[in-house]
Amino acid sequence: MTAAPLVGTDPAAVTGSPPGGRRGRRFDGPARTAAGFALGAALLFAVAPLTLSDFRLSLLAKYLCVAMVAVGIGIAWGRGGMLTLGQGVFFGLGGYAMAMHLKLADAGPGELPDFMQLYGQLDELPLWWRPFASPWIALPATVLLPMAVAFGLGSLVFRRRVRGAYFAILSQALAAAMVILLVGQQGTTGGTNGLTDIQGFFGYDLDDPVNQRMVYFIIAASLLALLALARQLIRSRYGELLVAVRDGEERVRFLGYDPAGVKLVGYVIAAGMAGLAGALFVPAVGIISPALIGIVPSIEFVIGVAVGGRATLLGPVLGAVAVAWARTALSERFPGTWTYLQGLLFVLVVAFLPGGLASLWVLARQRRSDPAGARWWRRARPVDRAENRTEVSAA
Amino acid sequence: MTGPQLDGLCVRGLRVTFDGFTAVDGIDLDVPPGDIRFLIGPNGAGKTTVVDAVTGLVRATGSARFGDRELLGRDVHRIARLGIGRTFQTASVFEELTVVQNLDIAAGATRNWWTLARRRNRIPDEVAAALETIGLTDRGDQLAGALAHGQKQWLEIGMLLVSDARLLLLDEPVAGMSHEERDATGALLETVSRDRTVVVIEHDMDFLRRFARSVTVLHAGKVLSEGTVAQVQADPRVQEVYLGVDTAPEA
Repeated sequence: MTAAPLVGTDPAAVTGSPPGGRRGRRFDGPARTAAGFALGAALLFAVAPLTLSDFRLSLLAKYLCVAMVAVGIGIAWGRGGMLTLGQGVFFGLGGYAMAMHLKLADAGPGELPDFMQLYGQLDELPLWWRPFASPWIALPATVLLPMAVAFGLGSLVFRRRVRGAYFAILSQALAAAMVILLVGQQGTTGGTNGLTDIQGFFGYDLDDPVNQRMVYFIIAASLLALLALARQLIRSRYGELLVAVRDGEERVRFLGYDPAGVKLVGYVIAAGMAGLAGALFVPAVGIISPALIGIVPSIEFVIGVAVGGRATLLGPVLGAVAVAWARTALSERFPGTWTYLQGLLFVLVVAFLPGGLASLWVLARQRRSDPAGARWWRRARPVDRAENRTEVSAA
Repeated sequence: MTGPQLDGLCVRGLRVTFDGFTAVDGIDLDVPPGDIRFLIGPNGAGKTTVVDAVTGLVRATGSARFGDRELLGRDVHRIARLGIGRTFQTASVFEELTVVQNLDIAAGATRNWWTLARRRNRIPDEVAAALETIGLTDRGDQLAGALAHGQKQWLEIGMLLVSDARLLLLDEPVAGMSHEERDATGALLETVSRDRTVVVIEHDMDFLRRFARSVTVLHAGKVLSEGTVAQVQADPRVQEVYLGVDTAPEA
């Protein structure tokens, strides 16, 4: 058996770079990955805290939370083809779980959170709030609760072969339903206002800039951890299988797999990531409310991913941060026009650059490395087909 | 490769109806172990529908047994795990994955989650063997989408080999292939049939004459004729509906 050794599975190979693209590159493999993570860590832990004001750093913390959601969407949508327009639900579940705990901690043992006292309809804490008084339940719940909901929904939906636009609409409807539920239960959820004015974070005063900085570092570390997890997932056999399900669900089924299970895993992981992001968003911003988790934010999560490049590892993160940053920068200067600009950006990317900005990078790499490989790639398809056609007609 | 035990396909009274239209009308079919059976018939005869029914894609009544297992009524992926593999008229490989990745996925339907969560650090033996068999050893790292049409068909057959399919149902495997590619495909079928049972849907009469061990002619959802190539060609009913009286003697 003289098969050429396969050097891992390059994510670039899945995003469409020619197979020859990797050949002859010296700086590659584990060294490149380590360098990439080191660079990311240096930017997040040294450059950003040293150069940004406290205000800008807290904005960056918020963007990084959005980026964590984007990592999950990159897996579910970019790799698994599940266009999930309802990640706000999972973001919200994580956020509310965290906020409920922090509100209870702020209020002190046995006391009701301030908003419940304000509305004055309750004498004691509702039953479903009680578990969140314990950090040992609330913290795991920020991730496990979204995952459980995603598991329930996914089990119902994927086995019935709901996919494409139908899945997107369904996931969006879920976001709408969640908002309606939260607003309707004002007495116990804070309604439209949400859970606001969160003061402390496990004993640390969130008004203190030092503690805000600590929250930022926790968020940055979590994002890097999620990226490492996503990278492992993409490069694993499961990651290859997920792409196969995205591109040929029926074919995978005929090979003896149940594609519903494969998709379910990706969807649940994406939900867990969104939940963690929501949980960390709360101490960074001090509030969670229906407006932050409904249809519009759910779509904005996806726009960042599309702009950055959904099938790549870093594309969703950079896209999410860039779009969130542009949103702040532009709405400061031109309030009211950002929505239009965002829509325009989305349309342009979808129409002219379906692979997102990351595909520019892949293209550039193709040009630079191994021009022979690129030529071979360009030649292979049309000519081979043409040859076939002539020989068939001759036969 | 010493494959597992050789089984045959036994179909009894297979019937498929779509909204009142009977596409397959009570077919009996016996494909003995190790056969290369060609299914032929005019368009709409029900050839692909038979394969769809056996692989669980469409609902059917009657019985289809492979070895001693009943196939009808099971889910598509469960049937596949019983060793039934199929290809489609249009080669359906995973174009954005490499040849090795395609084969590795096909080989892994019974992998556990722990194996799936890790990277493939070398080419599994069965994948290397299949690369050799389908003649794509030096193309392992290429994207399947960049393969020539014929190579995609071979890759698809290779995917069935590594998935340990013991019954191969091939839907027009040589459509659009050059002469050389057809010869190579025929040789591949002969190799494969040493430890597997093969059923081929094909329109190419020249290919059929050279590689079929037995032939079943379908017409309007029923079996019109069955036997060796010579027997079927000599059958006047077959000449009438399908081969055409003119073309038969020239073989």
